[in-house]
This record gives sequence, structure tokens and C-alpha cells, in this order.
Amino acid sequence: MTVELLLQTLLSGILVGLVYALVAIGLTLIFGVMDIVNFAHGEFLMFGMYAAFWGFALWGLDPIFTLPLTTLMLFAVGVAVYKLVIRRITDAPMLSQIFATFGLMILFRGLAQYLWKPDFRSVDHTVVAGKVAFLGLQFGLPQVVAAVGAVATTAALWWFLRFTRLGAALEATAADKEAAALMGIDAQKMFALAWGIGAACAGVAGALLSTYYPIFPEVGSTFILVAFVLVALGGFGSVPGAFWAGILVGVVEVMGGFLWDPAYKMVLVLSLYLVVVWFRPQGLMGKA
Amino acid sequence: MTSPFRMLTLLAVLTLASRASGQEEIRIGVIYPLTGSAASTGLELKNAAQLAADLINGTDKGLGLPLAGAGGLPGLKGAKIKLVFADHQGNPQVGASEAERLIAEHKVAALQGAYFSTVTTTASQVAERNGVPFLNADSSSPALTQRGFKWFFRTTPHDELFVQNAFEFLRDLQKTKGIQVKRIAIFAENTEFGTGAAKLQERYAKENGYEIVEKVLYPPKGTQLTSEVQKLKASRPDIVMQSSYLGDAILSMKTYKDLGFLPTGLLANNAGFNDSEFLKTMGKDGNYVISREVWALDLGTKKPVIARANALLQARHGVNFNGNSARAFTGIFALADAINRAGSTKPEAIQKALQETNIPGADLIMPWSGIQFDATGQNTKGAGIIVQVQDGKYATVWPFDLASKDVIWPMPAWDKR
Repeated sequence: MTVELLLQTLLSGILVGLVYALVAIGLTLIFGVMDIVNFAHGEFLMFGMYAAFWGFALWGLDPIFTLPLTTLMLFAVGVAVYKLVIRRITDAPMLSQIFATFGLMILFRGLAQYLWKPDFRSVDHTVVAGKVAFLGLQFGLPQVVAAVGAVATTAALWWFLRFTRLGAALEATAADKEAAALMGIDAQKMFALAWGIGAACAGVAGALLSTYYPIFPEVGSTFILVAFVLVALGGFGSVPGAFWAGILVGVVEVMGGFLWDPAYKMVLVLSLYLVVVWFRPQGLMGKA
Repeated sequence: MTSPFRMLTLLAVLTLASRASGQEEIRIGVIYPLTGSAASTGLELKNAAQLAADLINGTDKGLGLPLAGAGGLPGLKGAKIKLVFADHQGNPQVGASEAERLIAEHKVAALQGAYFSTVTTTASQVAERNGVPFLNADSSSPALTQRGFKWFFRTTPHDELFVQNAFEFLRDLQKTKGIQVKRIAIFAENTEFGTGAAKLQERYAKENGYEIVEKVLYPPKGTQLTSEVQKLKASRPDIVMQSSYLGDAILSMKTYKDLGFLPTGLLANNAGFNDSEFLKTMGKDGNYVISREVWALDLGTKKPVIARANALLQARHGVNFNGNSARAFTGIFALADAINRAGSTKPEAIQKALQETNIPGADLIMPWSGIQFDATGQNTKGAGIIVQVQDGKYATVWPFDLASKDVIWPMPAWDKR
């Protein structure tokens, strides 16, 4: 067990965690603004991956170059889902809301299976193919690019929420719907915006993931469990919380699997979650 | 009640009865998954079985297998074989009730099926209870022939033999090429398939004096396999024995490459590695993977009957044989051989003939040394082959006398391909 191997594992964990974080920040944003848990969030990720894949398969466009387009498309999907479905259940009982997004999840998976078959697909060559090596450590370039993309996206979102009028309006709606409405903020518009941005984040994650992860209709399910853990661990609605929780979970999963038994890596992650909520029920960065 | 209708009924019954007692038709019940998730496989099996029956019933002797072109079974005065197909939908209960129906309604002389080990289990229980011979051509769970059944016969080798083959392959590598393998890492998904294989591999490794340096079982639906591959890498194995489904086979190979891990050989346990999507996705990174198989098209270069049979299937359905359909085809021939020697459709006579089966390897389209059943009903002359991906295609590399290509060992480094 050399220092090199440990360092390699630690950094691998951070790379994995950053992608988790990118999936989770969209989810936590939607929850923070609307108090609705979006069970179909993994399917937004799946759509992002397929968008990248088809761009590549039909026109030979690299997922990295089509990333802005994928992001815009998913933004539109998020807004459409809000306008067509979510808007009608904003004030419905929580159970109806859960069933609505859960139903969307099943619908989207079924749709993907019907349209694109249950086969595994992949983008077999991309501009980010290759390796990054330094100090005797090595990482896949796609993973590094995905991690950098995740950091950039999170930073951009954070900047938007902090330093723009629109972002401030979104935060205000999240803090208090009625008070925000009294100040002249159109809540409907803010909700649509939250869904658009939330889905767009999943789209970015999907496009970046497509450069190294197989694409299939059920792919969302693999990532969504971790995303839920991050949302709760980081604090419901907290974007920076989800970000740091992502890194933490990634490191615990990969390091834990390496040092202990990989069969139990998720046990470690969920134990960490239990310990955190035991001492801080509001999550790492959530408001009590 | 003395109506013309009654007369007609009587006539119909008499006709049916005479058909059942007459020797012009031998009914064999064939149970496969014709609908459901494995429907495409089920259809391949059905087509192959039907081709076998039609060849036996026909008069074209071009294939060169005994009974093919015999115009029916000579032992039963040229009686024709009729296959009665049933669909088990991948469901063990349906498989059992269909077996029941075929025996009661169609009075089948024997049954063949059912691809899924779980369905074979239940359907063969029905056959056992009713005293009807059940031939299994394509289920690999070792437990099937450990039940002490008297009416169950399996032509295909089972999982234990495949593991045994892997170790024979290693031994042959050492003997003929001087390749030394000592340190083995086992890498398997943690459901029934992977853990079962891992257990067998561990046992055989110990018995053959190899060192297991690491055993990693992983949950198949994960987001990453980084920690697993790091563990493998840290154990510095000579070879990795891997059992994975498609998604994790792809993910693990990509992770190997990213982390710069490369054993001298990667011995895969079929499944995900032999899916056509695997090679498509991996491109040249999938090269040099070694996997166990039951059949390969390139065997036809050493055994012309395989190429001839394949041409017949191609002409009829436009597809090549594969491991599954070749075994279904062989199953019908084995049953026909037994019924022909029995000279009767009586279950006891067929059972006895099956027990005495001794078909030489030359009369099969399989890479086996023959078909001969032991007391448990398991064919003792079955064998697996080992294939290696070379230039994006699977080529037979072992047993050496059937090989179409020389095995490439060790795997060339990732950046030297």
C-alpha cells in the first residue's frame, strides 16, 4: 500500500464525487425553490446522455461541442415538464406530487426504451479521449474534463444565485414564496426557471458523462440514489451543500471500497449519511 | 344421439387414435421462451430445432450427419419427427404447466427445453413425475444434474466444466508455450452468476496450486468501479478471472485503461464479454480479452460439418449458428438418435436408449468428443472452448487442435496497440 496508490484513489474519489455533485445540484435547486422532490431527475440525466449520443451517432458531433446545445435542450425539457405537469400540482398534497414525478420517471424510461431500444450505447471516440498522468498518477481525461465541467457549472450557478437580480429573485422565492410575491416577483416564472436550470444541470452532467459512461434507458437509476443522498447530506436546497457533499461521498465511496471491501462501499456512504443527519438533521449546510 | 354429428365424432376419435398408435409421426415437445425478454433467443432456438427435425425427416444427405437425410427414423419404419413447440415466457410456473400440457394433450414421446436453468428445473420435474424423458441442451446450472432424476439428460456441459476448462487452458499454456501463471485475481459481480463462478474458480485454483491474490465482488449496478480496479491493481495479479454482465464489463475495461491496469491475461466468463454490444462499444480496447464459449463459427475451418450446417441455417433464416442454437440443434439429433435406437416411442425404451447413447464427436456440430450420459444424466464428453478477441472478432484459441488462431499472450499494453 503505497502513498501513490492512496493519493490516486483519493483523487479518483474526488473526480467521481464532482460528477455526483453536478447531478445533485439541479435536484437540490428544484427542491429548495419548490419543495418538490423530483424523482424523474435521473431521467433528465439520461436525456442529456442520449442527446449527446445522438449528436455523435447521427452527425459525428463531439459531446463536448454539443454541450451548450444539450444544456439548452434540457433547460427546455425542464421548463416544459414544469408547465405541463408540475404547475398543476404545486399546491397538491405531497403524495400527489411524489406520484406525479415518480410517474414521469417511469414514463421517461419507457419512452427511452421504446424509442431507442434497451441496448447499451456509447460514444466511442471523443476529443477528450486519453489520459492525464503526473507524479506517477493517472486519470482518464474524460473524467478530469467532467470534473472540471462540474466545478465550472456549480461555480456559475452559485454566481448566478448570488450576484444577479434574477438569481436573487430565485433565492427570495425559495426563502419565502408569499413575501417574494408581495415584492413583485412572479413565482410561476421562478418555478419554471428552477426546473429549467435544474434539468440543464443534469443535461451538462449527462453530456460530460456520455464521454466515458455507457448510455442506456435505466442509466438514471444508477446515479439518482447517490444524488438523493447528497441533497439530504448537503442540506435540502443548498447548492454549495450538495457540492461539498458530492466530494465527500465520492471520496468515502472510492477510498472505502479500496481500503475495505468494495461490496460494502454504499454501506459506508449511507452510514456517513446517517451519522451526519444524527448530529445535523438539516444536513451539512442546510438551514435549521 | 344417433346423429351424423356423433358418427363424425367417432370417426374423428378413431382417426386420432390410429394416428397415436401408428408409427408415422413421433411427437417431441419443445419448450422455449418464445415471448418475453428472451424472445429473440427463444426464436433462434426454435428455428435451429426445427431445422434439425426437417433434416432428419428430409432425404438430403448432404450435411453428413447420421440420420440427416434419412427420410424419418429408420428404426421406426421411417416415422417422421414432429416438434410441438410451447412458450414458457421465461416463467418457471408456465414452463411446468406447458410441460404438463404437452405430455397430457399431445402425448409427446420426449421433451426438450428450456434454456433458462430455472424453467428447466420446473419443467423437468413434471417430466420426471410423468416418466417422460427430458433432454436439456442449453442450461448450465450444475445443480440440474445433481437432483438424482432418472428421466433427465443434459447434453451441454455445465458451469463447473467451464471453470475446469479455464484451468486446463492455463495448464496447456504452461506445457506448450512455457507461460507461467501464478497469481490469480477473481473479479465478479455479486449476484448468483458471479458469486457461483467465483466460488468454483477459488476451489479449482487451490486444487491446482495457484495463488488467489485478490477476490473482489462488486454490486453490478454501480456508478463506478474505481475502487475495485484499484484493489485488483494493488494485488499485482498475473491474470484476472472475471464474471460480469454487459454494463459492468464495459465500465471495468474502461477503468482498467484509465488507471493503467493490465494483467498478462484476462479470462472472462462469457456473459457481458460475449455480447455483440461489448465489442462494438470497446472497439480495439476490447481486443485480447479471452472468454469461455460453447461454440464458435470459426470451428468450421477444422470441422467442415459445422460450416455445412451453418450454410443451411443461413439459407433458411439468414443468420449464423451461435452457441445456443447449435446446442438446441444438437439436442434434437441426440433425441432422434435415442428414439431411433429404441425403435419405439415407449418412454421406458427411450430412457434406456438415452442411457446407452454413445455418439462420436465427429457426428456433432459441437466441439465435443461425443455424447455419453453418466448416471446423473450429464453428458460426460462435452467440452467448452476458449476464444480470444483478435481484430475485433472472437477466434477459437483452445483446445489447440480446434484453434483457428494462436493465442496472443501477454495482452499488449494499452498504449502499444
